[in-house]
Amino acid sequence: MNLPVIIKFVIDLLAVLLLALGIKGLSKVKSARDANRLAAFAMSLSVVGLLSYYLGTSGIAIQSWIWIIIGSIIGSLFGAILAKKVPMTSMPETVALFNGCGGMSSLLVALGVAIFPISSGQENFDFFKSLINEVSISVSIFVGAITFTGSIVAMAKLQGWLSTPGWTQSKVRHFVNIVFAVASLIAFFDLIKGNTSSIWLLVIVSSLLGIGVTLPIGGADMPVVISLLNSYSGIAAAAAGFVVDSQLLIVAGAMVGAAGLILTQVMCKGMNRSLVSVLFGGSLSAQSTASSGSGEYTNITSCSVEECALTLEAANKVIIVPGYGLAVAQAQHTLREVTKKLEQNGIEVVYAIHPVAGRMPGHMNVLLAEADVPYEQLKEMDVVNPDFPATDVVLVLGANDVVNPQAKNDSSSPLYGMPVLDVQEARTVFVIKRGMSAGYSGIKNDLFDLPNTSMVFGDAKKVLNDLIGELKDLGVGEK
Amino acid sequence: MSFISLLWVLLLGSLLGLELIGKVPPTLHTPLMSGANAISGITMLAALTLIVKAEGNVPLLIIGSVSLGFALFNVVGGFFVTDRMLAMFSRKPSNKK
Repeated sequence: MNLPVIIKFVIDLLAVLLLALGIKGLSKVKSARDANRLAAFAMSLSVVGLLSYYLGTSGIAIQSWIWIIIGSIIGSLFGAILAKKVPMTSMPETVALFNGCGGMSSLLVALGVAIFPISSGQENFDFFKSLINEVSISVSIFVGAITFTGSIVAMAKLQGWLSTPGWTQSKVRHFVNIVFAVASLIAFFDLIKGNTSSIWLLVIVSSLLGIGVTLPIGGADMPVVISLLNSYSGIAAAAAGFVVDSQLLIVAGAMVGAAGLILTQVMCKGMNRSLVSVLFGGSLSAQSTASSGSGEYTNITSCSVEECALTLEAANKVIIVPGYGLAVAQAQHTLREVTKKLEQNGIEVVYAIHPVAGRMPGHMNVLLAEADVPYEQLKEMDVVNPDFPATDVVLVLGANDVVNPQAKNDSSSPLYGMPVLDVQEARTVFVIKRGMSAGYSGIKNDLFDLPNTSMVFGDAKKVLNDLIGELKDLGVGEK
Repeated sequence: MSFISLLWVLLLGSLLGLELIGKVPPTLHTPLMSGANAISGITMLAALTLIVKAEGNVPLLIIGSVSLGFALFNVVGGFFVTDRMLAMFSRKPSNKK
């Protein structure tokens, strides 16, 4: 063993260790930020290790350096700019986009190696080895393509660029996807047999499969899908590791793949959905049309901001239920002003965070943290649910499905069984909402019909601003 | 590396990944996903290898470079975005009142 090999070995080992510690640290609030930096450091370390190895052995041609620099600068620049500019509300689709590009990268590596086989330095041609090579190339292309197109579709759906086409809700989609899957399997074996031209067939059908599988999935399930696609991109990286013979890639890819799978499972549990029903059940709204879930509202009470302010002033305990609408309206700072006023009047204010409020677990925590809401005022669902009967006022801000009592009462509802916030137990519930449109699941919300629920129609930010004005007039929070 | 030992690496790596994440508070789901996502951009190493071994083959150099760009977009963007999210948690109770 010569020196460059030993150095690379040590660096790789260190990088794997740091990456593992990074993933571990990311699962705890206290260590998360440092862990993220640690992982970033480990990644740069691994690049240094690889480059120094090639410098010490075969050397790196000037031409290679040029292309390395071009690719690095363009990729890093776009990544950094997007990461800095993107608003917190569109985090889920941003993660999906990044993830898709990771899959694309694995796909391209495998394609490159397949079209222009790189010299491995070994003279003896080994049939077994070339077979393994073909298999890993095929897997890398297959998983990479699914990750790419699936993530892009997920992003487009979250951005609202793409709606769920009707046919994807019928049984037809299973047939279509099975056709794609079988076609990719044929291309897969054809490629392994040595027929290189079928590589393009594999690229095309696995891309289509990625689209076909993601397209029918409803918006509420999207976070789970992104998490799963994230796991896939890890698998794609591991497969690329087999292609270029890199242990580090295999370990890191396998770690991300497995950790992503666990995270997906955890998220499913939070939504009371099984992975199978997310992947093959189609979107919730499609099932609901057949059930009693859909229907007309019969008993809507609407009220003015002024009434809302009066009720709030008289309250002792207020619980805020934030949802995606709050994120869209960017009203978290205005909300914070309202709650500050209430607190100054001695009113207890708590925020009830449903595990899947917003479009992504943890979405609301991030948003409220941005508005400087004290961390200890954020209560998780299980902690806050027993408090609702003793609560005077609940403000529902742009949340819908997570406060739907149907999930508890109506066994025919597609939401049935999903854990929800029991807001209807409180004395008064105000729902601030732009209109009577259904939530992301497309299901009618029985909460709106209850006698203790009043609707305040309007954009969350505008209503909250008006609320500040009304509270001021009432002398709330003036000291 | 022989294929068998690479398979061992795959197996042990997967087991490690399964063990690493036990309980995750819901707050951290998004950052964790985004952080793990950045790590999956490790394919940049494969792209680098491709470029170094291209030996003047221009189409291969281009494929490698584009692949490297995609991977780094994933890595750099992913870590930055994760840091942005986590930065919001870190300045929590200190500036209360």
